[in-house]
Amino acid sequence: MTNVTRFLNSAQVRGWFYQGLVVSAAALTGWYLVSNTLTNLAKRGVATGFDFLGREAGFEIGESLLAYSAADTYLKAFAVGLLNTLAVSAAAVVLASVLGLLVGVGRLSSNWMVGRFATVYVESVRNVPLLLQLIVWYAIIGRLPSPRTAPELLPNLFLSNRGIKYPTLADPGSHTPTLLALAAGIAATVVLVRWARRRRETTGKPFPTLPAAAALVLGLPLAAFLLNGAPLALDAPVREGFDFAGGGTVSPEFTALFIGLSVYTAGFIAEIVRSGILAVPHGQTEAGLALGLKPGQVLRLIILPQALRVIVPPLTSQYLNLTKNSSLAVAIGYPDLVSVSNTSANQTGQVVEAVALMMAVYLVISLAISTYMNWYNRKLSLVTR
Amino acid sequence: MSKDLTTRSTAWAASFEEEPSQVMVPPPALTALKPFGWAKDNLFNSRLNTALTLACLAILWFAVPPVVSWALVNATWLGTPEQCRAAEGACWSIIAAKHRPIFFGTYPYEEQWRPLLACALFLVALGVSAVRACWRPWLVGVWVGCLGLMGALMWGGVFGLTYVANDRWGGLPITLMLSVFAIALAFPLSVVLALGRQSGLPAIRSLCVGFIELMRGVPLVSVLFMASVMFPLFLPEGVTVDKLLRALAGLTMFTAAYLAEAVRGGLQAIPRGQYEAADALGLSYWQKMLLIILPQALRIVIPPIVNQFISCFKDTSLVTIVGLYDLLTAANLATTDPEWRPFFGEVYVFVGLIFWGFCYSMSRYSQWLERESNRYNRR
Repeated sequence: MTNVTRFLNSAQVRGWFYQGLVVSAAALTGWYLVSNTLTNLAKRGVATGFDFLGREAGFEIGESLLAYSAADTYLKAFAVGLLNTLAVSAAAVVLASVLGLLVGVGRLSSNWMVGRFATVYVESVRNVPLLLQLIVWYAIIGRLPSPRTAPELLPNLFLSNRGIKYPTLADPGSHTPTLLALAAGIAATVVLVRWARRRRETTGKPFPTLPAAAALVLGLPLAAFLLNGAPLALDAPVREGFDFAGGGTVSPEFTALFIGLSVYTAGFIAEIVRSGILAVPHGQTEAGLALGLKPGQVLRLIILPQALRVIVPPLTSQYLNLTKNSSLAVAIGYPDLVSVSNTSANQTGQVVEAVALMMAVYLVISLAISTYMNWYNRKLSLVTR
Repeated sequence: MSKDLTTRSTAWAASFEEEPSQVMVPPPALTALKPFGWAKDNLFNSRLNTALTLACLAILWFAVPPVVSWALVNATWLGTPEQCRAAEGACWSIIAAKHRPIFFGTYPYEEQWRPLLACALFLVALGVSAVRACWRPWLVGVWVGCLGLMGALMWGGVFGLTYVANDRWGGLPITLMLSVFAIALAFPLSVVLALGRQSGLPAIRSLCVGFIELMRGVPLVSVLFMASVMFPLFLPEGVTVDKLLRALAGLTMFTAAYLAEAVRGGLQAIPRGQYEAADALGLSYWQKMLLIILPQALRIVIPPIVNQFISCFKDTSLVTIVGLYDLLTAANLATTDPEWRPFFGEVYVFVGLIFWGFCYSMSRYSQWLERESNRYNRR
């Protein structure tokens, strides 16, 4: 009898029992939902499976980084959508980081007025839904002057209601040496930085890494460019009728999404930067100065490494949020992953597959970014004995 | 360099409050006057800051007059579309003319006092919950009563009110109800998920981790699509779930995953000794959690919960993508009137201000709460 009681009261047995209960409940629910779905789909005569990906998509996509036409497959359409999502997210991550850093530092500025400006920015941007902001940005771009009267911001750079028109290089082939030199410069910089760090750690002698790196990364391509005879033929946009001819285009949808996402996320990044800088005690600055470091060195060698440790984890989740928020593109008609998957679902009726594919892709992006950032964070984190 | 050193050393010396600093008192000049001294310290204390201040002043100089003249001086307040077209400034008349469709969507015109009353009730309940002295068990009763009354007002069919199907609801009530219901339903779910994630049972833990990471890894738009398009397929034939409820289900699952992470933070902040003490007293798992851990953990996570509520409130605007009439959609629809069409910008500004007002006051509240709870924890 006592054996039975002990058996029933053992934490392990109970653990197995509850786990069995929960897992079978989950499995039953899952099976119920799947069987319902299959019945419903069979009744509606909708095919299942991912065979549709190989079929002809039959719809055009407004802008694409790949060569795409309506005759291509659904799989390619999805790839185009994914690339569009990644393109706008990557561009917005850069601008949002720069803007967020400036505003975050601005909020801590000893200048009262700059502090106020930054506070007003953060409080107004964070408290209005992103969707509304995107719609407003899109409306603003739609109201810009038409190509005929569009202002020329910089030489050959036009801003109109057709988006941004920029000059492109007329003969991309002639720039191969420059690009090769750039790659060589970056590779040499990596080697140089490693060597300089090793030397500093063993001998204590500092090396002017930053100017040397700048000379390598900027100087080498410039030299190659000049040696190559400076081939600077541009394909510049020209006003022609109601539109422009020539040059490259950034569509109004991309521009609105890019600006909207950056401006919105920068408000959050600014707060993260601010809290990161505040998290480093003032004694660290004083100790660095007392050791005879220059203010720039104190910032680079003492403050930033410690602040980054606080900043990186929340910054990662902001980058992830930005990527996920780019799905709001569907509201202003930018052909991102969500919009392509919607169109595919409407055309084939295979809603489950299309939505599942879309969610899976976002999940993979999220996991990839967070894995990378976790690795980076581990690298930065405090090494203790 | 030497100038830099002196400023640094004065700053250093000034940090000792007791030290008599006769030497550093500036000569009584113009700067001794209060505003001038303040401006010198806060606006013009270095070359860079002077440049920045001048840049800010330039921005204000160029931005403020046009905005003021557009929004206030040249604006049309109560006029016709023709008057608006003639005027140069903003056309606030569109708000006056269209405020009812903006706030209440397609709700029957004569019955719109009902959603108005419901919103007012709601705001009162929200206000009462913000007061710390009211955090008592009866508050739950107040909310249940309030929500019941709101449901009765919105649906009707009782007390002689005519019945209004919920596909005619729209505007502010939808935004408020979706966000509050989502957070209220997500909260218990999130506590369960957070406990599951911290549980020692691997099967339960992996189920919870899987759900949380899945929801946090995908955008809300896709969850809403799933809820609106895929959900009907999951159900047996003949069973249908209302569009509003489906969106609510999606929003709740999404919010629960984020809240669960906040609650987990609270659970992890409780010292290990508390868990061990509860075990040593011979409490069961549920006794330990309900009596010892959760009461302490949930107090820590109140500010993150308020923050989650703010983002949930903003996120409800996404239901427009699955075709529900929240405040933003209703505002969009209100501008489709061809006469007023050119003045949609003013409507967006108006709706933006409403959202901003709600979110800003809630975020101030959450900051206050955080300070308050810190004060409470200090002994």
